Amino acid sequence: MSSVGFQGDNLADVQVLAGTLDIDNSPLAPYADCTLAFLADVSQRLLKGQTARQFPDIAAFAYWCRAAHLKELKGRFLASEYASGRLGRGLALHIAPANIPVNFAFSFVFAALAGNANIVRVPSRDFAQIELICAAVAESLKQYSEMARRLAFVRYPATAPATAEFSAHADARLLWGGDATIARIGALATPPRCVDIHFADRYSVALLDGAAITTARERDLQKLAQGFYNDTYLMDQNACSSPHMLFWLNASKSAQQRFWDAVRTEAAGLYRLQPQMVMDKYVQVCSDIIAEVGTVKVGFDSLLTVVDVSELPRDLCGLRGIGGYFYQATLTHLNQLAPLISDRYQSLLYYGLDPRFLQQWVIDHRLRGIDRIVELGKALDIDIIWDGYDLVTELSRIVDAR
Amino acid sequence: MLDYSDVFALEPFALGAQDKNRLYGAWLDRLGAHHRHFCAPYARLCATLGNRPALPVRLFKYVDLRSVASHDVARTMTSSGTSGQQVSRIYLDKDTSARQSKALTRIVSSFIGKKRLPLLIIDSSAVFKDRAMFSARGAGIRGFSLLGRDTCYALDADMKVDMAAVLAFAKKYRGQPTLLFGFTFMIWQHFYLALRQADVKLDLQGFLIHGGGWKKLTNIAVSNSDFKQALSAQTGITHVFDYYGMVEQTGSIFMECEQGHLHASVFSDVDILDPLTLEPGATGRGCICTTSLLPTSYPGHILLTEDEGEILGQDTCPCGRLGKYFKVYGRMPGAEIRGCSDTYVAG
Repeated sequence: MSSVGFQGDNLADVQVLAGTLDIDNSPLAPYADCTLAFLADVSQRLLKGQTARQFPDIAAFAYWCRAAHLKELKGRFLASEYASGRLGRGLALHIAPANIPVNFAFSFVFAALAGNANIVRVPSRDFAQIELICAAVAESLKQYSEMARRLAFVRYPATAPATAEFSAHADARLLWGGDATIARIGALATPPRCVDIHFADRYSVALLDGAAITTARERDLQKLAQGFYNDTYLMDQNACSSPHMLFWLNASKSAQQRFWDAVRTEAAGLYRLQPQMVMDKYVQVCSDIIAEVGTVKVGFDSLLTVVDVSELPRDLCGLRGIGGYFYQATLTHLNQLAPLISDRYQSLLYYGLDPRFLQQWVIDHRLRGIDRIVELGKALDIDIIWDGYDLVTELSRIVDAR
Repeated sequence: MLDYSDVFALEPFALGAQDKNRLYGAWLDRLGAHHRHFCAPYARLCATLGNRPALPVRLFKYVDLRSVASHDVARTMTSSGTSGQQVSRIYLDKDTSARQSKALTRIVSSFIGKKRLPLLIIDSSAVFKDRAMFSARGAGIRGFSLLGRDTCYALDADMKVDMAAVLAFAKKYRGQPTLLFGFTFMIWQHFYLALRQADVKLDLQGFLIHGGGWKKLTNIAVSNSDFKQALSAQTGITHVFDYYGMVEQTGSIFMECEQGHLHASVFSDVDILDPLTLEPGATGRGCICTTSLLPTSYPGHILLTEDEGEILGQDTCPCGRLGKYFKVYGRMPGAEIRGCSDTYVAG
């Protein structure tokens, strides 16, 4: 068994929220039984009691980690090539995204499932979700002693020397953040075989079939609106996979109206509008009008503002809204979209279209962006396949024998 | 050119609601047409949002809004803003600037009389380093300087009390009314606390006018009445007036009367908008929208502030001044943003 113990001045600012920095960095096989049992236990702890009911994001995380789902994932993994000849890489360092409370936990789980020990820097902001998940993990560790030295959830200032210290011993790093953060941390020295996965700032769009909206039954439309609400309002449009721009095929004014009316109804029922957010949106509408981003008259509606983009700029990625502020444009043909897609693009959310067809379209057009094509409503469903990576595969190594 | 003689012919606090509505109806049409003609971005806003849009004060940080040619800009004012953020840029031509000074004089005279008083500025003259770029602080000081005479600065470049100068001022004008002016927090932090620590009590008479907001003092639990009492005790001055104003509408400030109410003058008006819809006509607390008749060089005549306030009444303040009177509660409560507007973006 190999291990690495972190100590010294460089760690002065580091607060350990769960686990230990005296780390056992020997790899496990992907989906090792001890890993699965431990994660399922964490899931159970989170699902019982009030926690999950209060925080839908914790509920989603716990539900993802439940024993049955992990078993299903394991089965799928074992059916893949090289599955039996794999081991984790060793120690994975995670710099979690600052803006989404539970992504640190998903990042951890993906690397743990791949067979790695983990050091996870959680966001500096004291989201309640972090405390609750760390508490559940700490409790589970008491019971699963074989995992006790395989993880550390830590919090420290972004500029602390700890990141350099951890990087020097990392076999894999999962870096979430804006371009500047990634460039800064990416430049720190790592062992030569360390694998870096960068989850940079991305941009996501939606593609809707107007005809499908027109013919949708009222109940389906409402479900769609609910899904769209979860994709966007739920995280104030701050997730990279939240669509900011909606493209319409087979569009009609009435289809668009029908969709937005349903979204507005949904938002009116669920969204807690805050004065500062209203002001932000009002400033944005003024800026957009002055910059002539929109073509038709934009009506300011503090709950839902939609700007019809007059002329599609070559780079759309500057068109971002918050808290219920969207852009839309009508396409006469899907191929109009192709030249706009840069490597910034992450998710393509669709409605009324065939994902296999869209996948083939991305491949046929040899696009540099879009690595996720999912139904509207599933924008935030993070999974092992993320940002174009199969994380369990990336975070494990092949022991080739022939 | 717009003719302001009808506005300046009026007493600053003697216009009843009906007359004010009539005056403002006509003036806002006139100002709107003026700015639409000379400021294309403003015309675009009106074409979309209607003819009297309230401009969010923050917009001046992102967009250059000017209704005069660039060579007619006499002075560019910048908001102090929070450090590290973009600053607002307000473009003044000679006419707007002069009009602002004139209006300020009219408003303040209603409180301290028409005579120019010896002036003690509770700040440092170092504020005026760059003459072309005026900060909100510089603008306030400049505006009030015109109201006084024999101006003396109470603080040195290091923001320490220039005790010799202050004591000389107090001695020279002993027994006469004087005017003290400064920014609320700086008066407290750099003047009041320093005098108290040095155990210096001044024997001044006259008026203290201060503005700039209460946020920092609220944080250390100093209320308006604490402030008044403390300053009176330390300086001898019993008439202490707060004002509400902003660099985006210099001149047409809202002065606090003897009753502790902030007053709109003939040069300005105030409305409260529903903070969640930005619709007018809200009752109770809401988002403060201020109107000023003064600016012609930039389209800042109707502004949406980020402050929370409440209208207390109109034409009925016991102080006798007509117009709306109101209260400011401070910044609108900030948003708890899920996800966040952090520089880190990911997902």
